[in-house]
Amino acid sequence: MISVRNVHKSFGSQVVLDGLTMEIEPGKTTAVVGPSGVGKSVLLKLIMGIMTPDEGEIYIEGENITSARSESRKNEIRRSLGVLFQAAALFDSLTIYDNIAFPILERIRISSSKAHAKVLDIAEALSLTPYLLNYPEQVSIGIRKRVGMARALITEPKVLLVDEPNTGLDPLDGQEVYDLINACKSQWGFTGLVISHELPEVFQVSDRVAMILGGQIITEGSPAELIASTNPAVQQFLNGRTDGPIKIQ
Amino acid sequence: MNVVATTQQVGSFVIDTTEQWGRSWIFLYRTVLALFKPPFRPFLYMTQILQIGVNSMLVIALIGLFTGAVLAVQGEYTLAKFGATAYTGPAVALSLIRELGPVLTALMVIGRAGSAVTAEIGIMRITEQIDALRSMAVDPIKYLMAPRLLAGIIAMPMLCGMFNVVGIFGGYAVAVGLLGLSPGTFMSQIMSSVGLVDVYSGFIKATVFGLIFGWVACYKGYTCGFGAQGVNKATTQSVVTASVAVLIVDYFLTSVLTRVFMK
Repeated sequence: MISVRNVHKSFGSQVVLDGLTMEIEPGKTTAVVGPSGVGKSVLLKLIMGIMTPDEGEIYIEGENITSARSESRKNEIRRSLGVLFQAAALFDSLTIYDNIAFPILERIRISSSKAHAKVLDIAEALSLTPYLLNYPEQVSIGIRKRVGMARALITEPKVLLVDEPNTGLDPLDGQEVYDLINACKSQWGFTGLVISHELPEVFQVSDRVAMILGGQIITEGSPAELIASTNPAVQQFLNGRTDGPIKIQ
Repeated sequence: MNVVATTQQVGSFVIDTTEQWGRSWIFLYRTVLALFKPPFRPFLYMTQILQIGVNSMLVIALIGLFTGAVLAVQGEYTLAKFGATAYTGPAVALSLIRELGPVLTALMVIGRAGSAVTAEIGIMRITEQIDALRSMAVDPIKYLMAPRLLAGIIAMPMLCGMFNVVGIFGGYAVAVGLLGLSPGTFMSQIMSSVGLVDVYSGFIKATVFGLIFGWVACYKGYTCGFGAQGVNKATTQSVVTASVAVLIVDYFLTSVLTRVFMK
């Protein structure tokens, strides 16, 4: 579904990704974990085609987004993606209704009556109906995340990318987002890629977990396999220790 | 050692500046191109004309009124030394229409709306709203920048026209009402001194300044750095760069237009 092959990315002299290779299996949710600053969000932006790797290739449903030269070609490939951003990234000049309707009106360009029906359906499914006329700043961050999820899913994407699902949320709101991801996955059945540094919480939405360190995937497997890993860096990160191979920057 | 370090710094500055300059021209090219590509979204263009143009009307009228009034006082004082106070009207009108109208309108719009455009786009950049647009296969250049650029190009000459009219009224009120000049002389001298070429050249300048306003404000917002400090810096740079650019371009435009229309 998503294939990342030997991807390199540097910013000046700082090497962020150094030959990273990974496969994301169809229908499964893979969590990419690692300490802050190891390039998890960069990987997400490379998959979205917002950044271009220095070297390597990324395939989404067999289409190479890294070799797409024009923005319109990238847009064709992006049509299979839905993205839930870290702070939801809602358009603050639009109401919640308009935020949810935005992708179908702009991307699919269906009639406004069909769009209206779809917005009401997804708002109902995600318990957003009472907030449709509010603006993003008028609701809590938890609701904003739900709106972000509705916006990401309204086009029925084959792949859902989630960046740091519970950053800035209290434990209750954080848990609500994980429950939301699981509920949406069972309803819409997408392939998921979740970027997170929250362990072990992220395991509850993950079929597979990959850990990035030094610009590469150092271990990959089921959550149970990650927990059982003998890699000292994995154990240090899992246990939140400051001593070990991972240097605090 | 110092020579090497200085050379490196100068070289790095030249490379950075050239790169920025090149990027900003590519940005302008892409934005202009986006104006002609479907889908067209008239509502977005109207909204920007409202925010940049209509919402600037009050401040432009106020500045125009007092600029005209000051020109009348200064003009009458200077011309009285030559016994030529009858020419106060043309002095006010020509100064406004040819020079002060376009320049002061541009500087005011840059200060009021340019900073707002840069801050708005900059905040959209740092809160990932622009990334969200791209992830939804919506081109941010077309969706955000093109409407603001076109709104600047359309609104600036209109505001400039209003500035001129209100400014001449301010000059008239002071010259006739306070300084005792004849209303007939004031107006008839304007009619006989101001030609269409003066009006054209003022509007051409205002249109170019509108382009500079939209270009700089959007580019600085789109390329703004990280966090609140990044937006702060981009906003300041936007206002300073656009204001300086307007004054520099004004000199060259005045030189060219004067030669063109004099022929």
